[in-house]
Amino acid sequence: MVQVKIPTPLRKYTAGAGSVEAQGATVTALVDDLERRYPGMKARLCDESGQVRRFVNIFVNGEDIRFLKHLETPLKAGDELSIVPAIAGGH
Amino acid sequence: MLRARAVLGQPIPPASEPLSATSAFQLVGNTPLVEIRRVRDGLAPGVRLFGKLEGFNPGGSVKDRPALKMIQDGLARGALHPGKTILDSTSGNTGIALAMVGAALGYPVELVMPGNVSVERKKVVAAFGAKAIYSDPLEGSDGAIRLCRKILAEAPDRYFKPDQYNNAANPQAHYETTGPEIWRQTAAEVTHFVAGIGTGGTIMGTGRYLKEQNPAVQIVAAEPDDAFHGLEGLKHMASSIVPGIYHEEQLDRKIGIATDDAYNMVYRLGREEGLLVGQSSGAAHVAALQVARTLERGTIVVLFADFGDRYLSTNLWLGWQRLQGQVP
Repeated sequence: MVQVKIPTPLRKYTAGAGSVEAQGATVTALVDDLERRYPGMKARLCDESGQVRRFVNIFVNGEDIRFLKHLETPLKAGDELSIVPAIAGGH
Repeated sequence: MLRARAVLGQPIPPASEPLSATSAFQLVGNTPLVEIRRVRDGLAPGVRLFGKLEGFNPGGSVKDRPALKMIQDGLARGALHPGKTILDSTSGNTGIALAMVGAALGYPVELVMPGNVSVERKKVVAAFGAKAIYSDPLEGSDGAIRLCRKILAEAPDRYFKPDQYNNAANPQAHYETTGPEIWRQTAAEVTHFVAGIGTGGTIMGTGRYLKEQNPAVQIVAAEPDDAFHGLEGLKHMASSIVPGIYHEEQLDRKIGIATDDAYNMVYRLGREEGLLVGQSSGAAHVAALQVARTLERGTIVVLFADFGDRYLSTNLWLGWQRLQGQVP
């Protein structure tokens, strides 16, 4: 299983949990598994064409998947995946 | 291929009065207004659109105004005095502004920021000599607010916390400067003011001033259309810690903006107007066009909170489409 860190705005899908478990051999497969466990999650992470939304950053063990193999980045048991949006603050 | 612009205005000649100031913070405010003449998408000819370019402030954003006012207010009340450190939570621009004013006045500054603020912000804050404390990126600006409260509670006598989310001096800065500037720059013709909301300080203070001059002026807020968004600097109020200075009932309208629409507007403003602004400005301009489409006549002022070069390392420019070889 992969540990998935969930940002505050998406915790409404995980009953408030900041960390959940999911599985998949790649990030794509893991996102699909997240969608099965927490319906609605995938549409927040990916656009209609299946690509990760521009303002969403996904890290595997602290590495941005943009600099790995994007959605095809491989995952193994014990990995940690973090979903981090661009930040919000205040005018 | 864009055609060359046939009509160019003449540059404004240098002002004749002395331009030197005795300190950087004296240069805060009096930012220029520029007419948006191309990114207006077929609006009625009687509708004029102007951008208020807050990136011209010495700290590079609209936040210089409240930062300076809150520090001046703290000094006047005796809450800030030598020996104290300025501490606040910020998503970036307020931190840069506090760091700039603190440096100019000789006060140390500590800033609590989400760990995922842009590299440019981290470097600028460090360049002004301020200390950054990073909060959990997963918790966004609310995480920084909570961590800052904890740090303050542990050593309340050590710090002066401007508390931009709850300090009346924040909207007051805009009531005293941004509002009067817009009134004067539009020769009292402004009919709509559009700005993003984060603390709400800009829109509350500017709106209050403009409505006092002319109650018919419409105050329109742009906010992210969802809690999960990429509009750095803006807050989705329904899912956030609501700032004490924010009073939604004083707005005439609030428009939710999708992150992608705001990003695309940033690209357009750069290419079609020669204005490289940040994503909150893109969001505000999308909202302004929505309002403008319903009008036959009007003078709309949109607040462009900062310039876009502060975001060159962020998803705004390093987004997925670009990395996939598509031009944004």
